[in-house]
Amino acid sequence: MAPLPQDIVACPDCDLLQRMPALPPGGTARCLGCGLMLWLKRPGSLDRTMALAVAALIAFLLANVEPLMEVSFAGRTSSTTILGGAQAMWLQGEKVTAVLVALFVVVAPALEIVFMLAVLLAARRPPAPRWVGVLMRWTEMSGVWSMVGVMMLGILVSLVKIASLATVEPGIGIFAVGALVFLLAAISASFNPREIWPRVRWTNGEGPGAMR
Amino acid sequence: MTRPLLTGARAGVVPCAACGLLSRKHGPEEEPGNCPRCGEALAFRLHDPIQRTWALIIAASICYLPANLLPVMTTKTLQSVVPTTIIGGVVRLYADGSWVLALIVLVASVMIPLGKLLALAYLLITVQLRSVRRRRERARLYRILKAIGRWSMLDVFVATFSVALVRFRPFMSVSPGSGVLFFTAVVILTIFAADTFDPRLIWDSGGTPRGEK
Repeated sequence: MAPLPQDIVACPDCDLLQRMPALPPGGTARCLGCGLMLWLKRPGSLDRTMALAVAALIAFLLANVEPLMEVSFAGRTSSTTILGGAQAMWLQGEKVTAVLVALFVVVAPALEIVFMLAVLLAARRPPAPRWVGVLMRWTEMSGVWSMVGVMMLGILVSLVKIASLATVEPGIGIFAVGALVFLLAAISASFNPREIWPRVRWTNGEGPGAMR
Repeated sequence: MTRPLLTGARAGVVPCAACGLLSRKHGPEEEPGNCPRCGEALAFRLHDPIQRTWALIIAASICYLPANLLPVMTTKTLQSVVPTTIIGGVVRLYADGSWVLALIVLVASVMIPLGKLLALAYLLITVQLRSVRRRRERARLYRILKAIGRWSMLDVFVATFSVALVRFRPFMSVSPGSGVLFFTAVVILTIFAADTFDPRLIWDSGGTPRGEK
């Protein structure tokens, strides 16, 4: 059996075998069958993603330390952080929801950012060790459950709801959350796992070209 | 369209689900083994996608009723105790004059989960009927489903932060209702359902030349 040419890919969404054309910088390739975006070629995407990931880490830390907003009513004020929200649910007896909220808006985004940074750092000097591949899979899985954008909208809706009853003052945390939403979206737009895989050492000890 | 599409499965080539590397199956045996590059177990299609997705859709539909009928939060003041369901929250936002937010919550909390359940059922049924019509549209529908599913968590976050911020007992406080748990269950089950469905099934049914099995 002849080895498969390197430029043949199977679309992950429809399994159509096709030849990946040589793309100019900034070019995109879509699947001929189902139209899935197969490749988005951006020059310097690894460096750009690294810069975005560092910024996202800072925004994430700020978003988790600073209060999101402050509410005043009848001469008293209350404020909350992101984890404070989960904690309030826990104390009110909704423990399962509290844990899931913490997973979706604190743990998953944290893992997503940290794994991404580790992958990018390790891939700078190919051949990258095997764990880079494992981490890439984990980054993808964390991304599925990371819901910072949804949380942001949820906070804004509750802000509007509360504003009809009490005085609401936005905190630094909410601005950090806004920045984090933007940075996470920019990371997923600029990161291309297909650029990392050729740099990763194979599990069977063979290298690229040993396709069988 | 009856033009035969050369898919990986027909050519005996397996793309790795993790890294995308194509491997050729060595023998006629069933198991394609592991990816030589990243070590992930290789499979031509996901395991039992139709049964698993149906099971998750049914479980999510069961949770959908209490999620909408039970209150998601309760507002307590000195004069009153007002439980609010999802729809009640939408009506209240609308009555308060923020119809844009009312619409956003309505779309995220009611239309997205319901639409996602119906759309997944439609995809499963068309795959089971081996339909070859509108495959590109169905492929796009599936991608939209995967992207928007998480947005139905919106009301859970609204409840979470309302509970955390409105703590002025005994004058005014908000506590979560049991609807929140069911609602979270619907969101998680539908995300898993979209993940266990294999979009390549949409393309498997057709594509062989006319008259050929």
